[in-house]
Amino acid sequence: MDSEGLKALAVALSIGLGSVGPATAIGKIGSKAMEALGRNPEAESSIRTTMILSIAFAEAVAIYALVVSLILMFT
Amino acid sequence: MPEINIKAEPIFSVFGLHITNSLFTSIIATVTFLLIAIYYSKQITASKKSGFFYFVHFMFKSINDLFKSILGDNIKFFLPLVLSFFLFILIQNWFGLLPGVGSVTIAIKEYGKIVHVPIFRGGNADLNTTLALALISVVMIQFYGVKFLGFLQYIKKFIDLSNPINFFVGVLEIISEISKVLSFAFRLFGNIFAGEVLLTIVAFLVPVLASFPFIILELFVGFVQALVFAMLTTVFLNGAIAKHH
Repeated sequence: MDSEGLKALAVALSIGLGSVGPATAIGKIGSKAMEALGRNPEAESSIRTTMILSIAFAEAVAIYALVVSLILMFT
Repeated sequence: MPEINIKAEPIFSVFGLHITNSLFTSIIATVTFLLIAIYYSKQITASKKSGFFYFVHFMFKSINDLFKSILGDNIKFFLPLVLSFFLFILIQNWFGLLPGVGSVTIAIKEYGKIVHVPIFRGGNADLNTTLALALISVVMIQFYGVKFLGFLQYIKKFIDLSNPINFFVGVLEIISEISKVLSFAFRLFGNIFAGEVLLTIVAFLVPVLASFPFIILELFVGFVQALVFAMLTTVFLNGAIAKHH
């Protein structure tokens, strides 16, 4: 395999494998937030705030993978 | 394939200072921001207010209520900071979605040959802008921590010689302050730049109508990222000004 093919493989693998963890995490955060909302509907605003924050933290990991793959691809 | 550049290109220079296309768009966004602010402050004293005033006012009020649930009574003191972050990032993100941004090009000379670069590029699609915003945010967090707790009390969070465990916790705190800058900067840059790449690729693959749902998605992403930036700043501020034991 030449270096161009290896580079394409590295780009695809870095974003593909890097988004597995965050996707699982965001799904879990969402489901737990729904559960909490079902148990305790009057706490909606604070649940929403915390949920958005946790999703942002989980999403940051995917963004790091994305940045790595963009750097690999365009430099 | 369309050409995608990870860094912003200089389009002209003023007295040796290179003005990149991202900086150019940022300046336009800042002027828009300023005009809205002046209009809003003029309308406050007017007897008959316009619909736009009420729209902006409604937005301020919702953001105020949202952050009040985190900061409590300190919101009066911190609202100018976090609201500026929110509105500036929001306007910049949405500016990058206007038609013509990224597609209107200008011919410039680079290394002796003529190249075509876009004249507008979303302000937050350049790492320098987001890094500057992240630095401002983290430095302001330290500043307010010192202001509210006093220098000695605040520095105790980082350098604590009372026992070995506290010392290592302090070292971890220092590392976490530095990583805040990186995560702020890369989160915003990654989201906005990925959105631009996505829109370019989709418009290249299917020229007609296919990018429409993606533009809606990007409007939402731009809003959420502005909210997340402001909200994380608020939460960290709240942690910095709280007395710890």
